[in-house]
Amino acid sequence: MDMTAAKRLEAERIAPVTQAGLPAKVVARDANVYYGEKHALKSVNVDIPDRGVTAFIGPSGCGKSTFLRCINRMNDTISSCRVTGNITIDNRDIYDPSLDVVQLRARVGMVFQKPNPFPKSIYDNVAYGPKIHGLARSKADLDEIVSASLEKAGLWNEVKDRLLDSGTGLSGGQQQRLCIARAIAVNPEVILMDEPCSALDPIATAKVETLIDELRANYCIIIVTHSMQQAARVSQRTAFFHLGTLVEEGPTEKIFSSPSDPRTQDYITGRIG
Amino acid sequence: MNNHIVKSYDAEFQELDRLTAHMGGLAEKLLADAFAALERRDPNLAAAAVSSDKAIDTLEQQVQERAILMIAKRQPLANDLRHIMTVLKIAGDLERIGDLAKNIAKRALAVSGESHPKPLMNGLRHMSELAMRQLKDALDALSTRDAAKAREVWHSDAGLDALYNSVFRELLTYMMEDPRNIGLCTHLLFGAKNIERIGDHTTNIAENVLYLVEGVAMTDERPKSDDTSSMVLSARPA
Repeated sequence: MDMTAAKRLEAERIAPVTQAGLPAKVVARDANVYYGEKHALKSVNVDIPDRGVTAFIGPSGCGKSTFLRCINRMNDTISSCRVTGNITIDNRDIYDPSLDVVQLRARVGMVFQKPNPFPKSIYDNVAYGPKIHGLARSKADLDEIVSASLEKAGLWNEVKDRLLDSGTGLSGGQQQRLCIARAIAVNPEVILMDEPCSALDPIATAKVETLIDELRANYCIIIVTHSMQQAARVSQRTAFFHLGTLVEEGPTEKIFSSPSDPRTQDYITGRIG
Repeated sequence: MNNHIVKSYDAEFQELDRLTAHMGGLAEKLLADAFAALERRDPNLAAAAVSSDKAIDTLEQQVQERAILMIAKRQPLANDLRHIMTVLKIAGDLERIGDLAKNIAKRALAVSGESHPKPLMNGLRHMSELAMRQLKDALDALSTRDAAKAREVWHSDAGLDALYNSVFRELLTYMMEDPRNIGLCTHLLFGAKNIERIGDHTTNIAENVLYLVEGVAMTDERPKSDDTSSMVLSARPA
C-alpha cells in the first residue's frame, strides 16, 4: 500500500463519510441483537450522518427500536439481550468494556414515546442531568443551562414564569418538549427519539417536528416513527427495517417516491404490515 | 398491484383507472370521428364529434376530484403516489387531445360544403393514422404498465413531426398553385397542426407512463423535428 492510500485510510478511520457525503456519526457493522434464542436484529450495516435526521421505519417487531436502543446501550438493561458486531460513535466502539456507559448515555440522549418528566419542578427536570454530570459550576451556570435548553426546546416562553411548577402538570406536548430540553441539557451529540409524537395531538406534533427540524443543525438525530408522513417530513434519510433486517436506507425523498426494494414499497404503500 | 391491506383503497385505484381508460377511449374515438368527418365531408359526424368532447371534459373533472380526494384520504406514497399523479397529468393530456380533435371536427364542419380534391387529404390521413396508432399504443402502455411500449411511442413522435413538415409544404404548394385552395388548405393546415399537437400530448402520456413504471423522470431530449415554424417558401421560383 502506498503512502497516499494509507493516509486516505487513516483519514477515513478518523472521519468516516456516509454515502450522502455527510460525515458519519454512528456506524454499525454486522450488528446483531439476540433476545435469548430470538435473533431480533440481523447483521445491520449502516452509516448515520451527523447533523441530520435519520428516520427508522418498519412494522412493529421489525427491529427498529431494538437497533435504536443499541445506540445508547439501553439493551444492556435486558438480561437476555446479547449484542454482537460493531457499533461506533465517532469511530469509538460503544461496546468497548472500558467505556463508561453513563458517559455514553449523556452523549446519546433519548426521548420516549410517552413523555416521562420526573415528578419534580420544570427547572429540576432540566437541571438534573447537568447537575449529576457536573456540567455547572455555579447556580448561575445551571440557570443558564436550564434557560438555554428550554429555549432550544421551544418551551421557554411557555414556562419561564412557572419554572418551579411540577413538570407533570404541563400538557402532553409541553411535557414531550420538556423531555427534549432535559435530553439536550447535558450537551448530547446524538438524540434518539422513539416515536416521540405518537401520544401527541397534531398541534403538539407539529411543534415537536419544528423543534426536530431546528435541532438537526447541531445534532445527529435518529427517530423511530410509525407515521410515514412524519418520516417524510422530518428526516433527510430513511431506513426501512423488516423482520429484523435493514432492507433499505437512503435519501428520504427517494425512499418515499421510488424505493429500490419491493418490500419497502409494499410497506410504505400499505400492502404489507 | 391491487393488494392494499385497506381494500377500499384498491377499489379507488380501480375506479381511477376505469375513468382514465374511458377518457382515453373517448379521445381516440373523437379523433377518429373528427378526421373521418373531415375526409368524408360529413357535417353530421362532425357535429357529433364536437359535442362528444363535453364527456371527456366531465371525465377529466371526475378524475381530478377523485385523485385529490385520494391524496387527502390516503396520503399515498411511492408507486401509489406516482400512480395518482401520472393519472392526473394523463387526464390533462387526454382533455387537451379531446380539444384539439374537437377543433378538427369544427374545421370539418366549416369545409364540409366545399369540394376538395382527393390528393389534398393524403398527407393528413397519414398523420392522423399515425397519431391514432401512437395514442392507442400510449394508452395500451398505460393500462399494461409497459415501459418498452411507452418508450417506443416516445421515440415515434419524430415521425409525426416529419410528416407534418411534408404536409405543411404540400399544402403551401397547393395554395400557390391555385388561390381558390387557400380557404380549404388553411383549415387543413390547422388540422395538421392539431394532429401534430396531439402527438405531443401523446408523447407526454408516454413520458408519464415511463415515470409511473420506472420511478424516474424521462430526461432525454425529445426527438423534435417539427421545423415548420422556421420554414420559408418562396412564392416565385428563384
